[in-house]
Amino acid sequence: MITKEQVEHMASLAKLKFSEEEIDEFTHKFSEVLNYVEKLNEVNIENVEPTYGVNSHTQVLREDVVQEGLSRQEVLQNTKEDQYGYFKLLKIVE
Amino acid sequence: MDITKLSAFEMRKKISKKEISSKELITAHFNRIEEVEKDINAFITLNKEEALKSAEKVDEKIVKGEQIGLLAGLPIGIKDNIVTKDLRTTCGSKMLENFIPPYDATVVTRIKEADGIIIGKTNMDEFAMGSSTETSYFGPTKNPIDTERVPGGSSGGSAAAVKSNEVALALGTDTGGSIRQPAAYCDIVGIKPSYGIVSRYGTVSMANTLDQVGVFGRDVKDAVFMLSAITGYDKKDSTSFNNPEGTIIFGSFPEEIDYRDYLKGMKIGIPREFTYEGMDSRINEEIKKSIKIFESLGAEIEEISLPHIEYGLAAYYIISTSEISSNLARFDGVRYGYRAKEYNTLDELYTNSRTEAFGEEVKRRIMLGTYSLSRGYAEDHYKKALKVRTLIKNDFDKAFSKYDIILSPTCPILPFKLGEKAKNPLAMYMGDLFTVPVNLAGLCAMSIPCGYVEGLPVGLQIIGDRLKEANIIKAGLGFEGGVKNGL
Repeated sequence: MITKEQVEHMASLAKLKFSEEEIDEFTHKFSEVLNYVEKLNEVNIENVEPTYGVNSHTQVLREDVVQEGLSRQEVLQNTKEDQYGYFKLLKIVE
Repeated sequence: MDITKLSAFEMRKKISKKEISSKELITAHFNRIEEVEKDINAFITLNKEEALKSAEKVDEKIVKGEQIGLLAGLPIGIKDNIVTKDLRTTCGSKMLENFIPPYDATVVTRIKEADGIIIGKTNMDEFAMGSSTETSYFGPTKNPIDTERVPGGSSGGSAAAVKSNEVALALGTDTGGSIRQPAAYCDIVGIKPSYGIVSRYGTVSMANTLDQVGVFGRDVKDAVFMLSAITGYDKKDSTSFNNPEGTIIFGSFPEEIDYRDYLKGMKIGIPREFTYEGMDSRINEEIKKSIKIFESLGAEIEEISLPHIEYGLAAYYIISTSEISSNLARFDGVRYGYRAKEYNTLDELYTNSRTEAFGEEVKRRIMLGTYSLSRGYAEDHYKKALKVRTLIKNDFDKAFSKYDIILSPTCPILPFKLGEKAKNPLAMYMGDLFTVPVNLAGLCAMSIPCGYVEGLPVGLQIIGDRLKEANIIKAGLGFEGGVKNGL
């Protein structure tokens, strides 16, 4: 069973905010889903390796060849605020 | 003759023989969209001006006698989580309501290179999270067979657009069944290819070890036709297979072969675990009739066991939400996407932007994933789910050492009414019970129409081993031929 406090903690980690009412509803639905996934405890997983991805050829390497990237204008075209050709953010260092 | 009702294959033939022009074909489809879209809502963004220009270019090529591509002049819908240069890509979310990508996904480049015409971007569950297309910020898509019902999800817009003749072909994405389930609900064919044979470059990741781009067509031949155009190695995607075996060549399935010959001697496994209490028994009856068709066409049928399949859905929700929480961390309101108007700190900028722009289902899954990956729970949840994934994969590997394909229902339930399951996420998740194990193991699978219950369609799932698309295609062509010939 998950508690309201745990849900609030998850929300802060995930950078999400909920109203009191939403937290209550969330806690309830969350518990239902967690009860369902408890099913996994029935499986014997001793000596079983985890499968992160199905393809075996991970860590593919290639020659480091310089290629044309997106232009500065293209990179910035979807931001709400930019300044001097950069993304604009609040000052975080005094 | 209503040219929007032709198969993509027939359209292509008529265009190349100059019996119709691409411009004529594309115009007919936009007229069709105007007629039905208010009832269906299959599209988020239309691309009329560009589509007509591209059609004219194809027509010019034909007039000049130049070589034309595989998809020359055909109207195609693209799910809105696949980026299209200079054409809005929203992922069905307020977060990306105004996002204009500066580049094309590899699959889009391939469609353009094959002279396909992009009609527009199709509606979807927000960030591909859902099984009904009801979580879209742009309103739900409705099932063309019964507009009070859902078209399935998350590629519901693509499936509905193909079914209602708004496009001939469409792309979707499938993370846990998001192509096969809407194909089943909309009575069309949907193929989820093996993981790695179609590039995911430019597809907005939901759960990247499970996501695959795939196709919709109104029959098997059309779907394979589309798949042929987009398959192949892509150096921009490090999970892409550089393996010629994984390439579907449309010409390998010539028309001359009798449908009866595809299934002779094919070994088929029917997992006993694909029936359970909560399943609609009428669907089971249709599946049994379908199995008889395979049998009568010379396939060898045996019951098999996939003992860990029942844990697939639980493992899937842990793994997919964990990947979701990580993938969706990129939406922070800084570089692109929605940015909150009010904030005093950088942290508030992130939190307010995400809180205001993500919908309920997306937030729920991010939260579940954050929980599964958090300290103290990762070992208990995430790692355990990955180990169960191994067991499921092993079950399939064992089965495919003996059988060519595995058959199951695509969905345990019929298309439900809009709003019916919106308040009960777990009930909705159960709809994916038979499709998620395929993604966990990276296999290929097709959903093909196999009958009706009270006028609502039932889908049959044909599952094949990794990179053995040829088997599911042969099975699909054989079965479809059998149905068309009254078996």
